[in-house]
Amino acid sequence: MPDRPLDRVRRGFAARPSRSQAVVAVLLALLGFAGTVQVSEVRSDDAYVGTRRDDLVQLLQSLSVAQSRASDQLAELEQTRDALQLSSQQRRVALEESQDRLETLRLLSGRSSAIGPGVTITIEDPDGTVAAATLLNAVEELRDSGAEAIEINDSARVVAQTWFADGADPADATLVVDSRAVSAPYVVEVIGDPDTLVEAVAFPGGLTDEVEALGGTVTIAKSDELQVESLAPERAVTFGEPIT
Amino acid sequence: MIALLGLVAGIVVGLIVEPSVPGALQPYLPIAVVAALDATFGALRAFLDGVFNERVFVISFVSNVIVAALIVYLGDQLGVGSQLSTGVVVVLGIRIFSNVAAIRRRLLHA
Repeated sequence: MPDRPLDRVRRGFAARPSRSQAVVAVLLALLGFAGTVQVSEVRSDDAYVGTRRDDLVQLLQSLSVAQSRASDQLAELEQTRDALQLSSQQRRVALEESQDRLETLRLLSGRSSAIGPGVTITIEDPDGTVAAATLLNAVEELRDSGAEAIEINDSARVVAQTWFADGADPADATLVVDSRAVSAPYVVEVIGDPDTLVEAVAFPGGLTDEVEALGGTVTIAKSDELQVESLAPERAVTFGEPIT
Repeated sequence: MIALLGLVAGIVVGLIVEPSVPGALQPYLPIAVVAALDATFGALRAFLDGVFNERVFVISFVSNVIVAALIVYLGDQLGVGSQLSTGVVVVLGIRIFSNVAAIRRRLLHA
């Protein structure tokens, strides 16, 4: 049957080369060439090679919008970070300040050992004539001269609340400091400016003169590094309340 | 036979030479290829129907390519290039489908 399509295909393959076949071949070759070129173009590494100008412009715009949004976000986050850093820095400074203040107060209230320059005052009292009042006077003078830590006989720390009393027997050269018995010779270690402290003891009518009038002796030794190791007894506040 | 050889030769030349498409032609080439495909399938259908005429094929091939390129060019000038080329591809795709369906009916009677 000559008009069956498959026969026609078969005949087409068997046909002699003709002008019409050549023309069709040229056009198909053109098609194959263009198709291949286009496919390789699309497959080439740059993803934007075949993109139209309008699409590229749109792409660029959306990218720049996204970028500005991201940079806005960045600025916001940086601001937050700066604020947090500032507040944490302020907290740290406040903490350091209060730490310093705590150390100062601990030292002044006799709740921590202290080290520093100062003087050692030794009061010899062979006759037991030095009374609590004498020692208290001396302590007041030392405080006036800027003493920061005072200790008697390596055992009694003198602070704001410290009290002095005469011993039970006036003749045996014993005093009571904060319920603690101390006996002569009284060694008073004071941390402060050594020159000023020496003046506080040696001025006319001061501790030296007073003790010598009672028959004792006072020796003063300056020191670059003195240790005050005893602690004042811990005290609880019962009546007072701080006003903030 | 020669026609098939021509197709193969075109593909081979394209693979070997691997030319880069000039920028001015870039938007038109894919549409032109699709239009040429449409003309080719139309020709194949005509051939199977026994009404193939190489003059008609040449004219439809060339005019298809030119019209497709013109439509895309016009779309670019009007600022709707990408939409219009999508439309051209859709229309040509439908035509290719219907041609292929006709060819299938001729060959397989199904």
